[in-house]
Amino acid sequence: MLEIDNLHAKVAEDEAEILRGLSLKVGAGEVHAIMGPNGSGKSTLSYILAGKEDYEVTDGSVTYKGEDLLEMEPDERAAAGLFLAFQYPIEIPGVGTMTFLKTAMNAQRKARGEPELSTPDFMRTVREVAASLNITPEMLKRPLNVGFSGGEKKRNEILQMALLEPSLCVMDETDSGLDIDALRVVADGVNRMRSPERSIVVITHYQRLLEYIVPDFVHVMSRGRIVKSGGRELALELEEKGYADYVEAA
Amino acid sequence: MAEAERKRTAAEEALARHFAALSGDDPMREQRASAFDAFLQRGLPHRRIEEWKYTDLRALMRDAPGPAAPAAPEAAKAALANADVFAEIDRARIVFVNGHFVPALSDLSGLEKDVEFASFGRFLADGGALLDRACDQADESEAPVLALNGAFVTDGAVIRIRDGAKLARPLEIVTAFAGEEPGLQTLRHQVSVGEGAEAVILQSYVGPDGVAYHTNAVAELRIAKGAKVKWVKAQEEGDAALHLGLVLPRVDAGAVFDPFFFAAGSAVARSEIRLVFDGEGASAGIRGATIARDRQHIDTTLIVDHAVPHCTSQEFFKSAIDDEAKGVFQGRINVWPDAQKTEGKMMSQALLLSEGAEFANKPELEIFADDVVCGHGATCGEIDEEMLFFMRARGVPLEEAERLLVHAFLAEAIEEIGDEDVIAALEARTRSWLSLGSEVR
Ligand SMILES: Nc1ncnc2c1ncn2[C@@H]1O[C@H](COP(=O)(O)OP(=O)(O)O)[C@@H](O)[C@H]1O
Ligand SMILES: [Mg+2]
Repeated sequence: MLEIDNLHAKVAEDEAEILRGLSLKVGAGEVHAIMGPNGSGKSTLSYILAGKEDYEVTDGSVTYKGEDLLEMEPDERAAAGLFLAFQYPIEIPGVGTMTFLKTAMNAQRKARGEPELSTPDFMRTVREVAASLNITPEMLKRPLNVGFSGGEKKRNEILQMALLEPSLCVMDETDSGLDIDALRVVADGVNRMRSPERSIVVITHYQRLLEYIVPDFVHVMSRGRIVKSGGRELALELEEKGYADYVEAA
Repeated sequence: MAEAERKRTAAEEALARHFAALSGDDPMREQRASAFDAFLQRGLPHRRIEEWKYTDLRALMRDAPGPAAPAAPEAAKAALANADVFAEIDRARIVFVNGHFVPALSDLSGLEKDVEFASFGRFLADGGALLDRACDQADESEAPVLALNGAFVTDGAVIRIRDGAKLARPLEIVTAFAGEEPGLQTLRHQVSVGEGAEAVILQSYVGPDGVAYHTNAVAELRIAKGAKVKWVKAQEEGDAALHLGLVLPRVDAGAVFDPFFFAAGSAVARSEIRLVFDGEGASAGIRGATIARDRQHIDTTLIVDHAVPHCTSQEFFKSAIDDEAKGVFQGRINVWPDAQKTEGKMMSQALLLSEGAEFANKPELEIFADDVVCGHGATCGEIDEEMLFFMRARGVPLEEAERLLVHAFLAEAIEEIGDEDVIAALEARTRSWLSLGSEVR
């Protein structure tokens, strides 16, 4: 599904590298967790995967479904099935949530040569999924994320993820700012999406989320690299010992 | 060099020829001549005249077509096809095509008991008793649009809304151009809204693309005490047209006057409003949204005179400028010495969507009273990159994401109109100008 090889990247106008030779392979149907201290480059990695222009890749490659991901425009990546749940979803005043959802869904369908959704089909799907995520019809009437609490914004990300049915989900600290109930709702939403065709990369700072979304693989990221990979138990070990050893190692 | 000795521009020459060719037995002959003389004294305005600094008509107005011939009934009807911006609104209509009232296409039903209407053309034929100017905040000697209007006016709407009337439905004044030959249409509207009356008056301007016709429309508005009026103009002229509009409202005590200027059409347009508060406690919300692209030049100029105490004015304009287009906003709020307790707030925001897009943003306050709350602001920026990226990351292609954000930007002004139907009409129109699908709610 995704193969990142020796990725080096920096902020376009800066010299210092943020990603320093990062490699990672994610197979179809797998759930990977990337854990690491603040500032280790987790969000940078997710932005580069999604195609944000602020970053410059100086070396290495990213292959997604056999294609060079870095050559694709952000919207092409999305149409090809990549989804990034943002750590900080932004507010877009004046763009209605429903209008945005429909635009995004139809844009992707169009890019894939599929027919557009009819409005009634769209409405029904959105209402169903929204209800499962405790997103009220009233929230859906508002402009995108405007006036949403932190937790509501995160749930709205999962709503979009569920509607767009991506094949690779990258979730950047979706757990931060969620109370325990919201965390459960979000995790249930993600778990419903697990399937043999869909891969999930969960970026998190804490292992708490991984109790609900149980990963197949856990990676420790420090200073722009994956410094250790293992199974579920690695997350528990990190919880106990902290990141200090790995920060040294990087 | 004195103006009199200056060599006239081609457009000025053409105007002089057209004026000379007007019918000699017109009872308005003298008044027209004095208006045209006033025009010739200064000629077309140009960049060294402060109010026209950014809209140099000597450069922008290459030629001047003569008065358009009235359209044949079928052509007039066809010309109306594009005047559909307010189609979803149940409204009365007064239709002008090529500068002439077309009774067959007009419909004032439902308003009979509240509205008196006569076409200005009738008064012109009688020698123009009404031409005694209703609103004197502009003068032919300094306002070239008014002077040309006085010289060439053929028709217009004379409307009286009775005291206390609440119009059963909005009233639309349609100005359409018909035909493939360039021509000039010149209209003068005089509207008086009685005490405590409430009215929504819509105007739409349409014409064929590719025809270099000219529109000159002047409206004199008297808003009596306690009246509430929305005056919404949708300028969607054909893409080669020149549009010159001047609105002269006088607003009496306690009245609420809310004009809105939606501008998307024409090659060159100047919409000007000069508003005067005549009585205390009146308020005006003067707003607008402009979409300009290709090589369009769209100018909105406003002057608000606070001459009496306790009046409020709010000016809020949004402009989205693309390609090689140019937008102009000039706003001046004058607060004269007697106008204590004035509140004035002016904001003009522009989005530049391309390297070649330009916007001249000039809000000004002139305050001669000491106890007032006034402010103004102006911004000129680009589309928010973070928002664009977010939308693209969800699969929305760049161009569509931009258009959604432009719509969102303009909608902030449109939503202030305060009339659901009109908001819906102009939002839908903005969406269609931006080739966006309909809103999902
Ligand atoms: N757009 C940016 N401009 C400048 N520095 C950045 C930018 N993005 C990330 N960085 C820097 O890169 C490092 C990694 O940041 P980030 O990827 O956000 O880490 P994490 O998500 O792991 O906390 C930090 O030192 C951060 O300051
Ligand atoms: Mg981060």
